[in-house]
Amino acid sequence: MTRFAKNSLGRMVPAEVPGVGPFDPYSGPFQRINSVHGIVGASVRLRTVDRHGSKIAASLEQAIKNSGLENGMTISFHHHLRNGDAVMPMALETLKNMGYKNLTFAPSSIPDAHDCVADYIKCGLIGRLYTSGVRGRLGGLISSGEAGIPVVIRSHGGRARAIEEGQIEIDVAFLAAPTCDKLGNISGSSGPSACGSLGYAITDATYAKHVIAITDNLVDYPVARNISIPQYRVDQVVSVNSLGDPKKIATGAARITRNPVDLKIAHDTFRLMKVSGIIAPGFSFQMGVGGASLAVSVYLEEYMKKKGIVGSFGLGGISGHMSRMLEEGLFRALFDVQSFDAVVTESVSGNQNHVEIDSSWYANPFNAGCIVHNLDCVILAALDVDVNFNVNVLIGNDGVLRGASGGHCDTAAGAALSIVVLPSFRGGVCSIKDSVSNVTTPGETVDAIVTERGILINPLRQDLLALARGAGLPVVDIGDLKSRVEKLTGVPEQQERAGGEVVAVVEYRDGTLIDAVYRPER
Amino acid sequence: MIARTASAGSLESSDCLVTVTPSESFELDYAGANKKLFLKRTEGVARQVLAEYSVENARLHIQDQGALEATLRARIETALERAMENLGS
Repeated sequence: MTRFAKNSLGRMVPAEVPGVGPFDPYSGPFQRINSVHGIVGASVRLRTVDRHGSKIAASLEQAIKNSGLENGMTISFHHHLRNGDAVMPMALETLKNMGYKNLTFAPSSIPDAHDCVADYIKCGLIGRLYTSGVRGRLGGLISSGEAGIPVVIRSHGGRARAIEEGQIEIDVAFLAAPTCDKLGNISGSSGPSACGSLGYAITDATYAKHVIAITDNLVDYPVARNISIPQYRVDQVVSVNSLGDPKKIATGAARITRNPVDLKIAHDTFRLMKVSGIIAPGFSFQMGVGGASLAVSVYLEEYMKKKGIVGSFGLGGISGHMSRMLEEGLFRALFDVQSFDAVVTESVSGNQNHVEIDSSWYANPFNAGCIVHNLDCVILAALDVDVNFNVNVLIGNDGVLRGASGGHCDTAAGAALSIVVLPSFRGGVCSIKDSVSNVTTPGETVDAIVTERGILINPLRQDLLALARGAGLPVVDIGDLKSRVEKLTGVPEQQERAGGEVVAVVEYRDGTLIDAVYRPER
Repeated sequence: MIARTASAGSLESSDCLVTVTPSESFELDYAGANKKLFLKRTEGVARQVLAEYSVENARLHIQDQGALEATLRARIETALERAMENLGS
């Protein structure tokens, strides 16, 4: 029988996940970080290759045979090719045909398009799942409890930490390599399947026991420019016809929203940033590509230009808009773990101040300094929030998994000012709950929530509250706003969760369990 | 009296489609993504509107696409009025 523990947010989390191991309950955003100094983490396996030999494998199947992969081992992938990715399905199908069973599938995340992962769980190929998020048919399968496999959801920083700490031991890393030479130097920013940064894959390649690069652009040795991953981390190279659909890999830059609700949220967010005093020379910033977040950067860009403010760096998940701000000299550098569109890919290859970073550098709390810990301000989206400012980005109103943890809790914890933007209701349901169905990011790391019906400021930030009130911003109490919105939507019935079946666990970035995902009532 | 089957609303996002049918008793068939969250609210609103029109028995099918309470009420009222309309047969 699974034992449960109550974590410091009052969430019931299992003390152990069968087939994975024991977990400590979450006890605060920086509790474990403060006690980790001096612990020895994962080791890196040494290996050598023949001098003047070849790393080219005849086929993916041959490369897998050569890798020594066995049933029960762990394979990793990265999601930089977005919905255009064909590498995950290609490798999983090959592994299935080769008769593999019970592998631990540990991608950096799973693109929305990859519903096929559900089939590879059902057929027994995948026996454990470590990911940042699940959506679509896969989310439905896991939420239903019918997957019957352990699922651990981690943030991007948390995944890097788990790899470096040794909880995810990658036996074989499969790298989608947009440009690659015969010895395995890889660049993400050129070739027909160019995707920009290969940030998550860099960490995988560093710690995996065996690395297979899969490329559709095998070039003469050497790849000279913009090497994302160097040859000494790559064991084999496989040439294939295509890494995926270039139209879905190199998507166009997201348009700025015209939705008046999003624009109102964006404008009030910008006003809050301004009165906080954080937009000053040396300012650093991260945002998502959701409607409201992206629109914030339009107001920010205009203001920085007008005032002649030059920021230090932009971080993330980089969008085309951020690349333009770099080009305009509004930031001195961009640190890019994952590029969101084709404009960014060009910036990675063409602008020297656009720096490709690995996921540990980005957000791993257990190293000598990840960049999120230097961040001034982050704008984050959410599915819903609760009156304690806890944020859910994983589970929809129907109780089904439909999101990804991403860098949400990493940046919220790291940034001096973390702002969550969301409409006050969505799909007829108030976005503010008494208690969110799942805590992905703890309220103690969220400074403010901006809705179109008012700005909600965390009581932990009395300083910010005073500044916002002083400037006449539309600050409202979170409980009052909830009541007001529920007059429009009606009050939802409380969904049972305690004592139910756990279908996934959610790690905080430090490896403790911040929450569990329970099977919704049928 | 409910004379016939009638509908109001649409399947657009943030709307609902309400269909009223003659019946021997009160029946509610509530469908949509929010069915678990808002079944009690929806039944409450439906019974209240029916009472306002002095209708005791009717079968209501509601496909909820995320409607606000005011929208839900308006669609039920209109569907009822259409179902009760005297067409002068």
